[in-house]
Amino acid sequence: MSNKYAIKPDELRKEFEQKKPRLLKGDFAGKDWWDLPVEFRDGNWCFPAKPEVLEELHFANPRKWAATDKDWQLPAGWEKTIRDGMKDRLKRFRSFKVFMDSCVRCGACADKCHFFLGTGDPKNMPVLRAELVRSVYRNDFTTFAKILKNFSGSRALTADVIKEWHMYFHQCTECRRCSVFCPMGIDTAEITMMVRELLNLIGVNNNWILAPAANCNRTGNHLGIEPHTFEQNIMSLVDDIEDVTGVRVNPTFNRKGAEILFITPSGDVFGDPGVYTMMGYLLLFHHIGLDYTISTYASEGGNFGMFTSNEMMKKINAKMYHEAKRLGVKWILGGECGHMWRLVHQYMNTMNGPADFLKEPVSPITGTKFTNAKATRMVHIAEFTADLIKHGKLKLDPKRNDHLRTTFHDSCNVARGMGMFEEPRYVLNKVCNVFHEMPENTIREQTFCCGSGSGLNAEEFMDIRMRGGFPRANAVAHVREKHKVDSLVTICAIDRASLPALMRYWNPGVTVYGLHELVGNALIMQGEKKRTEDLRENPMAGFEEDEDDE
Amino acid sequence: MKKVLKPLIAVIVLALIPWVGITYGKLDYVFAIVIPYAAAAILILGLLFRLVDWLRRPVPFRIPTTCGQEKSLDWVKPNPLESPSNPFMAAVRVLSEVLLFRSLFRNTKAELSGGPRLVYGSHKWLWLGGLAFHWSMLIIVIRHARFFLETLPMPIELLETADRFLDVTVPALYLTDGLALAAITFLVLRRLSDEKMRLLSLSTDYFPLFLFGAIATIGISMRYVTKVNVMPVKALALTLAHFGFDAPEPIGALFYVHLFLVCVLLAYVPFSKLVHMGGIFLSPTRNLPNNSRAKRHVNPWNPDIKFRTYAEYEDEFREKMKKAGIPVEKQ
Repeated sequence: MSNKYAIKPDELRKEFEQKKPRLLKGDFAGKDWWDLPVEFRDGNWCFPAKPEVLEELHFANPRKWAATDKDWQLPAGWEKTIRDGMKDRLKRFRSFKVFMDSCVRCGACADKCHFFLGTGDPKNMPVLRAELVRSVYRNDFTTFAKILKNFSGSRALTADVIKEWHMYFHQCTECRRCSVFCPMGIDTAEITMMVRELLNLIGVNNNWILAPAANCNRTGNHLGIEPHTFEQNIMSLVDDIEDVTGVRVNPTFNRKGAEILFITPSGDVFGDPGVYTMMGYLLLFHHIGLDYTISTYASEGGNFGMFTSNEMMKKINAKMYHEAKRLGVKWILGGECGHMWRLVHQYMNTMNGPADFLKEPVSPITGTKFTNAKATRMVHIAEFTADLIKHGKLKLDPKRNDHLRTTFHDSCNVARGMGMFEEPRYVLNKVCNVFHEMPENTIREQTFCCGSGSGLNAEEFMDIRMRGGFPRANAVAHVREKHKVDSLVTICAIDRASLPALMRYWNPGVTVYGLHELVGNALIMQGEKKRTEDLRENPMAGFEEDEDDE
Repeated sequence: MKKVLKPLIAVIVLALIPWVGITYGKLDYVFAIVIPYAAAAILILGLLFRLVDWLRRPVPFRIPTTCGQEKSLDWVKPNPLESPSNPFMAAVRVLSEVLLFRSLFRNTKAELSGGPRLVYGSHKWLWLGGLAFHWSMLIIVIRHARFFLETLPMPIELLETADRFLDVTVPALYLTDGLALAAITFLVLRRLSDEKMRLLSLSTDYFPLFLFGAIATIGISMRYVTKVNVMPVKALALTLAHFGFDAPEPIGALFYVHLFLVCVLLAYVPFSKLVHMGGIFLSPTRNLPNNSRAKRHVNPWNPDIKFRTYAEYEDEFREKMKKAGIPVEKQ
């Protein structure tokens, strides 16, 4: 794969080969981290938000600039803005304050970060990432440490510090892997969220995050797709489904009185290979005769406000409940997505609830009460499908996925911000016959990020993405060699968007699938034609046209 | 190396202060009575302040780091410790962190091998060293109760006997003395021997280790080598325990070095990373149950946000929606 924003895989391989078994890149003998320069170059920074995007969002300091500029044109009085912003957030978030105070720098987190493992940059060790802020915190917010300035590793807030924050808090995907290992439970994702809020206050930002946020606010989804196009796109998927299966499914849009509102990331509607996952959902809902509707207004499960600020996150998320209320549905069903599910699980009801206009979710097919979602009233599709399969409500032929040798990638947010591990595995094992786990240090709560989460999936960020995704790719390579795995199954739209590039870079020949795409392949639909191809129109093994002796 | 030498020199200078003060200044009263009370006051008031300061800040969101299966469908086996669904199990989770260093037990070591290939090995040394250090320190502190109490309560007596079961020296060797020294040595060496640790360590990481090391070394040498006369020490301890102000009988300068360094440590706790002893209880990623979809968590400062309503959306796209056959509210 060639891309001007990333070095060739072989060169990167050589880099790893040369430094092994060390993880750090470069010689740091006698150096202190605060003396290391911050160098922006092709591939390690995302383009800043365009002025018109900032104006649309009413965000600070719209201007044309680049991270490689010497002068970032920070607004007058930016130091005060940052300090006041920090003070305010320290007051509102106990997490931020406790995490600033109680790190002992034991170093357990150091080699847990995928960005550190891939770049060997010391400031990507989670402890140092946090120290970038802590050093300023100690200087400005603690008297004792200020007196012992040098001793306590505190430093003044300067424009160079802002550049450093911009670089390293955009080399954190908020995946929370470090927080699993931290004896104090310090969560770098929380610190990154705070710092990105602060940076947005002075116009230091990322277009790949803010443009989708602005689009989502206006049109309901990241890509800025207007309602008629959104509908057309799903209807073209309906045509594709008919071509492959001979079955015409019938989704409805903005339909009042439907029992369930279905919300999924818009990547499933527009992106390859997300669209095949969407086809899987549509087939499933048709198969069980679900009374559901899709909204063009709340047409996005993802929420890039989460990577911007708490207020932006709430503003975008508010549409889900607002629309559910307007349509009069009983509860909400959510598609496969990572950060959407951290948000729905840990934030939505707090921010935009209580959801007392909805009913406690009950599966209309099995009668199962989803008591774990009885307050937020939104159910994950993997929970929903696992329950259907457990009750024998789906006609499945797992042989239809025999052309795929699968492994499962736990999405960071679903794993460490929700705790859902079993349901997707249960579903996967019921819809396919060949499944192999990646090594235990790389799955479940220890899963590695795709390297492009939290709004870092930009083309111009390719170098860091391919490095950050290296630990994940490495684990895939392991099962590929050992078990000839060729299919990486995920339940996250960002994964579906980013892992194909990562696989092309590190493991050519491995294809990325959504869980419900495989469900869609395996479903035996009423009135279907003879199936020979999967949803991608690839031939299925053992179902060739001429073999009638099945 | 400046990062290491500075705290080392600091500890040596701090140790010299009482030695000079006692030997040349005859400041026994200051070091025996005034400074210990002051240090204890700073510790207690400081920690209280820190605790209140943390507690008065709200926890807007329920953000546990889930390290195991959540409670969901009846037939899916949940992991109540790593993904607690109620406050009781969340408390158990916190205690497993405080008492057993649960998360540190997971520690692995990543290395690049040929290929390039990442390999992960189990790496429990930090867990073991940390546990040995914290537990032996705790037991040593509890053992010191014999100085402050007229009669020793049974549990402490038992603890002491257990700690002494290796009866190989006169006076009997305390196991925890050796363990503490070994653990401190390990904790210093691991910061010095690994290039990542050298980079991320600050002077304030070495300082408490050196301080603990000096306190333990002097304490041990008083017991096994210089054999300090225990009677006046006990008399002073009892005076302090009864909030008395009587001048102490003469005790060797070495004892005052020990006592002064302990005072420095106590006073240092509230202002340093040593407050992690309190912070660990308040970490929202550990002390909250993972039940935010089942039970609404309330944010006391939940802001009012104006979002784009459906009506505004329909106003912009009504004609296009009608043309596409999507139902609208207003014709």
